[in-house]
Amino acid sequence: MNLNQIIGLCDGEILNETSDIKDFRTAFSSDLMSDVLRWHSDNMILITGLATIQTIRTAEVSGISCIVLARGKKVSDEMLELAKESDIAIITSPASMFEISGKLYENGIRPLY
Amino acid sequence: MHLQFEIEGGDFSAAGEASSEVKKTLKQLNIPPVLVRRIAVALYEAEVNVVAHAYRGVMEVDISGGGIYVKLKDKGPGIENIDRAMEEGFSTASDKVREMGFGAGMGLPNIKKNCDEMKLTSTPGVGTTLELTINF
Repeated sequence: MNLNQIIGLCDGEILNETSDIKDFRTAFSSDLMSDVLRWHSDNMILITGLATIQTIRTAEVSGISCIVLARGKKVSDEMLELAKESDIAIITSPASMFEISGKLYENGIRPLY
Repeated sequence: MHLQFEIEGGDFSAAGEASSEVKKTLKQLNIPPVLVRRIAVALYEAEVNVVAHAYRGVMEVDISGGGIYVKLKDKGPGIENIDRAMEEGFSTASDKVREMGFGAGMGLPNIKKNCDEMKLTSTPGVGTTLELTINF
């Protein structure tokens, strides 16, 4: 699944693009960053309701290049700047984590483990 | 190669900057991505621990042909019971730390999982030293 398909499925808006074009196949939904850091896949989407600088840092450290922020969470300038620097896509969606996860699953995105 | 970073307790905006710098250096050195990620995750969790619990700390990194050795020494309240701190789910983190997406008692187990060797020593009221080795 590409970025545009993800945006379409979760009725999202892209706040930062990534040059890391890939076929996303898995996703992990969590607000707990330590949980995110435990699992890894090269083509994973992070779905979260946690919009802090550490969300972006966790993605960067973990090699995640697409974050979907649920329930229209606001993104600070500091977060955007780090996302740009780290080449991480940020999509914001009005839908809940449950709904985003469901829609992506329905369209072929699979859990990590 | 030797790198050194100062880490400020309570500075959540900067938490992860040192780990990120180490990650960039390892990538430049063409270390395999799987190893880079393991190291970055372990260092990041360790850095968050210093920011979350200590007053300040120093991260010293030594990279050689055989691997990476990291020593993180902080001044802070220390750890009363290291065995308990290593238990998954045990945490003394503040609400502020939890709001940042950490503090669920998974940091130290995560660090251990990603390292080949880990040594944790602490003196309550003085500080904590964490030593990590990951072989290339």
